[in-house]
Amino acid sequence: MNALILKLLGQRIALALLSLLAVSVVVFAITAVLPGDAAQEQLGQDATAEALAALRAQMGLDVPAPRRYLHWLGGLLSGNLGVSSTTQLPVSELIGSRLPNSLLLAAVAALFSVPIALSLGVAAAVWRGSWFDRAASTGAVAVVSVPEFLVATLAVLVFAVQLRWLPALSYVADIESLGQLLRAFAMPVLTLCCVIVAQMMRMTRAAVIDQLEAPYIEMVRLKGASPLRIVLAHALPNAVGPIANAVALSLSYLLGGVIIVETIFNYPGIAKLMVDGVSQRDMPLVQACAMLFCSAYLILVTTADLFGIVANPRLRHR
Amino acid sequence: MSTITTPGGFAGRPASPWFARLAQFGATGWIGIAVIAFWALAAIVGPALLSRTGAAGGGAVFAPISADHWLGTDYLGRDMLARVIEGARYTVGVAFVATLLASGIGTLLALLAAATGRWIDAALSRGLDTLTAIPSKMFALLMVAGFGSSVPMLIATAAVIYVPGAYRMARALAVNINALDYVTVARTRGERTGYVMLREILPNIAGPMLADLGLRFVYVVLLLASLSFLGLGVQPPAADWGSLVRENIGALADAGSSVIVPSLAIASLTIAVNLVIDNLPGHSARERGVR
Repeated sequence: MNALILKLLGQRIALALLSLLAVSVVVFAITAVLPGDAAQEQLGQDATAEALAALRAQMGLDVPAPRRYLHWLGGLLSGNLGVSSTTQLPVSELIGSRLPNSLLLAAVAALFSVPIALSLGVAAAVWRGSWFDRAASTGAVAVVSVPEFLVATLAVLVFAVQLRWLPALSYVADIESLGQLLRAFAMPVLTLCCVIVAQMMRMTRAAVIDQLEAPYIEMVRLKGASPLRIVLAHALPNAVGPIANAVALSLSYLLGGVIIVETIFNYPGIAKLMVDGVSQRDMPLVQACAMLFCSAYLILVTTADLFGIVANPRLRHR
Repeated sequence: MSTITTPGGFAGRPASPWFARLAQFGATGWIGIAVIAFWALAAIVGPALLSRTGAAGGGAVFAPISADHWLGTDYLGRDMLARVIEGARYTVGVAFVATLLASGIGTLLALLAAATGRWIDAALSRGLDTLTAIPSKMFALLMVAGFGSSVPMLIATAAVIYVPGAYRMARALAVNINALDYVTVARTRGERTGYVMLREILPNIAGPMLADLGLRFVYVVLLLASLSFLGLGVQPPAADWGSLVRENIGALADAGSSVIVPSLAIASLTIAVNLVIDNLPGHSARERGVR
């Protein structure tokens, strides 16, 4: 660690915070400013001027948009996320009850997919051009180029319908034993894993191949080192940065994946909450969920950047 | 690189690069082109060729494949073949228009950024970077929450989401071209910015941008299908392939054709486009994982 690295890290983190601020402007603009007058929409075309003014005052629409934005942002920062317009419950309460479910799902999926993806990716890179590499790469391209819900549908078809190993839907409410937990989680986690493993494997493979084709590896090979030693002792330590980068970036695909997976398996998580919020046009809920997802996304992408900086030896020894 | 001269062709003029590339296509590339052509034809002339429309219901619900219903029936007893063909219009058509818009706008903005001064470039790059800080599905959900979901709305949403990607790709290419001597010559000659953008730079980035267009088309198809699958995309009674999977998810329990067929349709289209791109000579965009 030296001053240069610290400075770069600081810059990346400041940039991420700035992006988050810009994202909050976009989120607020799309949900609360651009669609037009929410009071007019709620009351219809033939509402009286008095009724409109009263509803606007009640909804806080009588103040100009920039001030509404600042008020909303202040609430967001102080943890006051507003009240859901359909259920009349505080949004923070709704999110609080669903967030642990989603985090658990994401954590379990990450726990399984990271080791599988890394070993597949490294193996495919080492034996590149072999039948194994071709099969793994083709499989990964196939999974990446179909929608997540298709992977989920296929998984249900194979494991729940044909083989009858697992239940098609997951309900977290009636879980008593570890076995039930595993059975309920199996399908959503399996689907998420497929999507992430495919992404991560491709990126890991590219990162390791990048190193294996470098001149210093040829030197190691000429020196007579065994293939295992070439990969483990020489190539991998240099590929740690790009691989960590790939892991963090691939995990950001979790965010898109959970939206589909929670809906198809009826899993009571935060993404299902948001999709329901969107179909009922429950703006406070949608805004809060969107900010939560965008923050998580920015954290993962920034982490990927930070790994890249810290693991770059040229920056470390200066 | 081999060039094919057209018989009795114009002096010194090589055959079109696209023709030359098609001749080098592998078998998988041709399979991809065939599948894409099939779905494009189905979208354009398909509904006119069918003896029944997807709106006519009344048959047995979730009927299996039979001589009468080639692909079975859906959850209201409507003919699946007709529904899938009509769905092709939405899936292929909406995605195609959205992709054209995204790539077109992205390329034009990139040309503008490369050919004009530093300020426009910086402002455009920063502004579009902000959009990429929002995951694509999240942005789509926000747009649907704000503006509801109609077909023009879906096209606009998908176009906005994929403009930054197309812009970044085109800008990287255009900046390189802009630094070449013949562009400087054109400027010195006194050509206007518009001429430099469209006549000097654009023809030289068109090839890679077309490959990028194909890739972006796949993303748009996936995004719109996912949105429809969530019930937030194309609204009933119209249906794209994503909505067809959603509508008929009840047939999943007995592996009915009505849920499998639209799934296969989506997969065949996206994989076909991928096959074609893989067979293009300069398909490096994929390897770099630009998304």
